[in-house]
Amino acid sequence: MPEMKHQMRISCQTTALSELRVFLKKTLGELRISDIDQHQITLAVEEVCANLIIHSHNCNAQDYIELNVKQNPGKLIFEITDEGKAFNMLDYEVPDLNKVKGEKRKGGLGIILVKKIMDEIEFESSKGTNTCRLIKWFQS
Amino acid sequence: MLTIETLQENGHDILFLKGEVDASNSVILDEAITKLVTAGSSSILVDGTGLEYISSAGLGVFMSYLEDFQEKEIDLKIYSLSDRVFEVFKILGLDQLMQIYPDKKTALLA
Repeated sequence: MPEMKHQMRISCQTTALSELRVFLKKTLGELRISDIDQHQITLAVEEVCANLIIHSHNCNAQDYIELNVKQNPGKLIFEITDEGKAFNMLDYEVPDLNKVKGEKRKGGLGIILVKKIMDEIEFESSKGTNTCRLIKWFQS
Repeated sequence: MLTIETLQENGHDILFLKGEVDASNSVILDEAITKLVTAGSSSILVDGTGLEYISSAGLGVFMSYLEDFQEKEIDLKIYSLSDRVFEVFKILGLDQLMQIYPDKKTALLA
């Protein structure tokens, strides 16, 4: 498989999410990934970006987050960096679905999706820059 | 882009979702459902034929009504989801919490 690397800068507004999907569709379309996997990977990456846009950047369109997509043998890596309030998804306890229903809260579902769709999640924060790495394994 | 059309048919209110539901527009879906509830609807059908994508923002909208609807005995049924969109409902286990049917006919008979 050819080496692949793609990059996108995303303005912190929710309307940028559709541009992100267009970018991911094009990027993932170059790979031999099933339609369902493409769809789910797109969703997981969008959920992380949407969380950052809304919760870490309060939808401030002057702020940007950066997405890098890399392909290593056997895995696809989505690296999302920003300089907002750090949010480590790994520290977040996934709520029980019935609790989500009972509380009528609309949050929390996105993180469940990310954790179920991705094979590895890494998070690091250093000198004001946060990096969230979503990794999906593939047979190569 | 998301557009929602509504249609009244034999005592049911049908919402036709067309396009993609994400954090930028899930409020439109929320408002459409609230409007039907306020108008006294007792049966809401969601036609997912044209639904290409839904993120947690949209799924959360459905989730937020489930308890209320149980109490008020309002039926909420979803049908004709594409395979890939239905997969997302399944990842979250929403296929167990919500009434989802392959097509309109099955939804009406259930």
